[in-house]
Amino acid sequence: MLTIGLAHYLTVGAILFVLGVFGIFMNRKNVIVILMSVELILLSVNLNLVAFSARLDDLAGQVFAMFILTVAAAEAAIGLAIVVIYFRNRGTIEVEDVSTLRG
Amino acid sequence: MIAALAFYAFAAILVASAVMVVTSRNPVHSVLYLILAFFNAAGLFLLAGAEFLAMILVIVYVGAVAVLFLFVVMMLDVDFARLREGFQRYAPFGAVVGAILFLELVLVFGAWQLAPDAMDLRLSPAPAGVSNTEALGRVIYTDYIFLFQAAGMILLVAMIGAIVLTLRDKPANSKRQDIAAQIARTSKLAMAQPALGAGIAREEILRPLPPPAPEPKKVSHEGGHH
Repeated sequence: MLTIGLAHYLTVGAILFVLGVFGIFMNRKNVIVILMSVELILLSVNLNLVAFSARLDDLAGQVFAMFILTVAAAEAAIGLAIVVIYFRNRGTIEVEDVSTLRG
Repeated sequence: MIAALAFYAFAAILVASAVMVVTSRNPVHSVLYLILAFFNAAGLFLLAGAEFLAMILVIVYVGAVAVLFLFVVMMLDVDFARLREGFQRYAPFGAVVGAILFLELVLVFGAWQLAPDAMDLRLSPAPAGVSNTEALGRVIYTDYIFLFQAAGMILLVAMIGAIVLTLRDKPANSKRQDIAAQIARTSKLAMAQPALGAGIAREEILRPLPPPAPEPKKVSHEGGHH
């Protein structure tokens, strides 16, 4: 119990992942919280990669975690920009009627 | 011993703040709990020996991404009470899906074990006697240089995309190509090559003055101000 191994990290990662998915279902209308839930999911993936990297003493996992971090930052920037212009056009950020954007 | 206690503390706060992120009533609180979650994840990374990633997480996520979220949440005047209408309705469904997903993950991790030759198949084993940051730098700038460049490209495209998406078009301020004016140019304005030392005015080529800018509206203060 007092020696921290791979299983502990994987458990924390799994809980975080499930919480992120749960957050997407809970906040169906609020895009900003959905984006934050996606960030939580990516964080859990990073946690898994770092845990395996530490277990195997292999740096590739940390390199991949860094690239995931990069893509997550880009995704957050683009997602928030889309939220801002959607709010400017519609005056709300409810995602349930996004389908009105269909041509 | 200390490391184990630190792990449990970081993990507990991480999970608790993640719960608060998804269930918090006010999105500003959600963002603040997200920042707390990132800090604790950085602590877990430190315990796993990934110091560079921990620092990147604090700098990039807490310093940039979370603050970006905070800006957007506070800038948009959203009626958040209305956005929470379906909260109770979706909660059981989300709980069921989350429970199934967690069960699947537990089954996968419970039955999983390391392959016997996993240690021989490592892509880039960490060199001994080198700090984490230095080892990571050695790997990134040699084996993964093309991926690194691609990551920079992704960030550039994201930056340009975000600017293009949110830029408000103000024709008076933006300088853009006016193709009609360009085609309708007369030869009077063609490029001239005056003699060295002679000004362009001596060649009797005079550029027509640009149209005068519209006068700003006068504000009079004589009226019924008090």
